[in-house]
Amino acid sequence: MLKIGNSRETPLHLMLLPSVVLVLIYSYLPMVGLLIAFQKFNPAHLFDSPWVGWENFKYVYDMPGSMQVLWNTLTISLFKIIGLIVVPVTFALLLNEVGKSLFKRTFQTLIYLPNFLSWIIMAGVLIDILSPSEGIVNKSLGLIGIDPIYFLGDATWFPITMIVSDVWKGFGFGTVVYLAALTSIDPALYESARVDGAGRWKQTLYITLPGITPIIVLMSVLSLGNVLNAGFDQIFNLYSAQVYETGDIIDTFVYRLGIEQTQFSPATAIGLFKSVISFTLIALSYYLASKFADYRIF
Amino acid sequence: MTRDDTLGTRLFVIFNYSFLSLVGLICLLPFINLLATSFSGSTAVASGEVKFWPVDFTLASYEFAMRSKQFSQSMLVAVERVALGVVVNMLLTILAGYALSKEKGNFKWRNFYAWFFVVTILFSGGLIPWYVVISKTGLIDSIWALILPNALPVFNVIVLLNFFRGLPKELEEAAFMDGASHWTVLWKIITPLSKPALATLTLFCIVNHWNSWFDGLILMNRTENYPLQSYLQTVIINPENIINLSRGDYADLLNLVNARTSRAAQLFMGTLPILLVYPFLQKYFTSGLVLGSVKG
Repeated sequence: MLKIGNSRETPLHLMLLPSVVLVLIYSYLPMVGLLIAFQKFNPAHLFDSPWVGWENFKYVYDMPGSMQVLWNTLTISLFKIIGLIVVPVTFALLLNEVGKSLFKRTFQTLIYLPNFLSWIIMAGVLIDILSPSEGIVNKSLGLIGIDPIYFLGDATWFPITMIVSDVWKGFGFGTVVYLAALTSIDPALYESARVDGAGRWKQTLYITLPGITPIIVLMSVLSLGNVLNAGFDQIFNLYSAQVYETGDIIDTFVYRLGIEQTQFSPATAIGLFKSVISFTLIALSYYLASKFADYRIF
Repeated sequence: MTRDDTLGTRLFVIFNYSFLSLVGLICLLPFINLLATSFSGSTAVASGEVKFWPVDFTLASYEFAMRSKQFSQSMLVAVERVALGVVVNMLLTILAGYALSKEKGNFKWRNFYAWFFVVTILFSGGLIPWYVVISKTGLIDSIWALILPNALPVFNVIVLLNFFRGLPKELEEAAFMDGASHWTVLWKIITPLSKPALATLTLFCIVNHWNSWFDGLILMNRTENYPLQSYLQTVIINPENIINLSRGDYADLLNLVNARTSRAAQLFMGTLPILLVYPFLQKYFTSGLVLGSVKG
């Protein structure tokens, strides 16, 4: 072990030591803890609980509504992913036509702020403005003769509200990213297009869009890993029993099963299922990103 | 900008400005509404008179928050959490970022360590094992439960190691020639050169710690140990909590405030720190983004 040259590396090991210890305890130990998905876990016995094979998985699969939860998760997250690509690209293109100005900066400041607020604050604002009796949204709808809509209490409206509000909170980030990509397009391309008589629309279609396509592909591929993350922070703070049918997602389901009903093993079984699928998707997305967009994380 | 003044172009410009102004306004109005509510009298709010300007202007809701023992206590926990958490985060990020920025030739175990950390981004134990481990290590109801489990922000480490690798190699090579140790090189050469990157990451850690609420909610049994966002969560889920949990001297305020005005005031105060660091966040963000991820 102690060869010449290795002593130079000792400080580097020491620098990593505290992180290694903490990650081992708080990230790797819970992974070992996933074994309780195959046990009938009892906190008093910890890991001496009896082994039950795949029984917890069967139990969850047979639970009424568990497949609906998977379906809700997939639909909500897919619409969010699509919205968070289409909307930012649209706004980046529109904003690009404004030129460098105070207007552009002000707009960016406004749409980017919610990105940094917690879902607690956002949920508080949403609950307040969407209230059917007192909220400003329904009051405004009332002015044009629309009956109050139960955005958060109606099973049809709930997922739509989640998707729209998530896009509201997140689209500023994407817009900034795409706008940054737009500025790196070679101005000479526009110059020669104009000489050839291409109007603004044609320039957008044939120069701007192809110019940011790589980063659009990259962002889409990287969002693949989030397919099973439909947004716990958001939904947990806004949902209620009336909307479980369409609004309950894997993470909220695991929370109720594990923390509220203390069914530790079935909840962990779902967690394991989710972790394995997410791992596969993230690995796949990084592979695709490195292959097609030459993206490397380090 | 192009200067082809056809009618279509002019129409588009008008449409574009109006549309963007409208969207910007729609994004802003909910927060204005919240702010107006927080400065309004409870009767005006209850009768739905408040839109975008306070009605019966009063600071009662803010006074109520200040006198609420729960609010000031959780504000204190949040500040403590941010202060401790950011120091721990940044210290570990700098140390790990430096060690991992070395090439494999200079640090044989480099790739092993890098993957050891990256795996935690890809795979996790999930809610229940996470909770069990934290409670078995005796952190329930301790401030460290909010700091130690996420002590190393792996994404930030990747951002920083990529930044370190972009610094000119000659400086540290010269220092090594003169017999400097890794510690000297890190603190005397690398860190001073990386101030913008470190500032960006510090801001992210501040925002992250300030905004976290779930760990506080689950890992703290006693409400007086809740950080601000966890306490605000209980207020959002059950509006009456704002009065019930207050345990303060506020009887004279009760006819001036209601659950809605005081919630608005407390939510607004919960966003204040973010609003304060937001201009800096914005300034650094694009550079921070380029630092980390997209490399050719």
